[in-house]
Amino acid sequence: MARVLLFGRLADQAGWRERAFEATSLTALRGLIATDDPELGDALGGPGVQVAVDKTLVRGEAALTAATEVAFLPPMSGG
Amino acid sequence: MTTGSKIILTAEPFEPGALLTRFCAGRAETGAVASFTGLARAEQGQAAALELEAYPGFTDTAISDFAEAARTRFHLHDYLVVHRTGRIAPGEAIVFVATAAGHRREAFEACDFLMDWLKSRAPFWKKEHGPDGARWIEPTDRDRTDAERWDQE
Repeated sequence: MARVLLFGRLADQAGWRERAFEATSLTALRGLIATDDPELGDALGGPGVQVAVDKTLVRGEAALTAATEVAFLPPMSGG
Repeated sequence: MTTGSKIILTAEPFEPGALLTRFCAGRAETGAVASFTGLARAEQGQAAALELEAYPGFTDTAISDFAEAARTRFHLHDYLVVHRTGRIAPGEAIVFVATAAGHRREAFEACDFLMDWLKSRAPFWKKEHGPDGARWIEPTDRDRTDAERWDQE
């Protein structure tokens, strides 16, 4: 189970900002989201979208446990 | 309001003058305080409001890491960064940065350096609400080149 957070245009596109998913890896999580909403799945893999696991940016794969927070971050705008 | 050491993200309006007064108080060895206040622009009626989204615990940590680098680079005695989140009306303050140093050059440059980074690279997501609906906005080319000035030095 991972707590997934979406920010910026990704949250608008998905229609949700926070949801829980039963996934033990980032790849599995991406698969679950893409099955649920293929367009969102594409957007999460799109250019400039970064992933933070427990508030730390990660590249590639990551293991997820029950308490993990996964955030998908579209390109940052600055303040 | 979430508070880092010297980083504050707040959904409430703030008064820059009061922040500056408090920041300047009780300093015997600081010869220079520079500050910058950014206000939300109306853009000739095109921007009814700005909406700024932050990721608490991530955005403030990123700002704090950068501000600590600025402290080292410019020999700052202290700094304060206050940033609004949520919906911001034209004329309201979005950001306040104050820097304290022994002499004015370090204070001015550190303030400029922090603002260039905040405007172009800080982890915020910005939406502009206008007469034709809302749109997400990204840094302008000018914001990027302003920030790049510091990479070359």
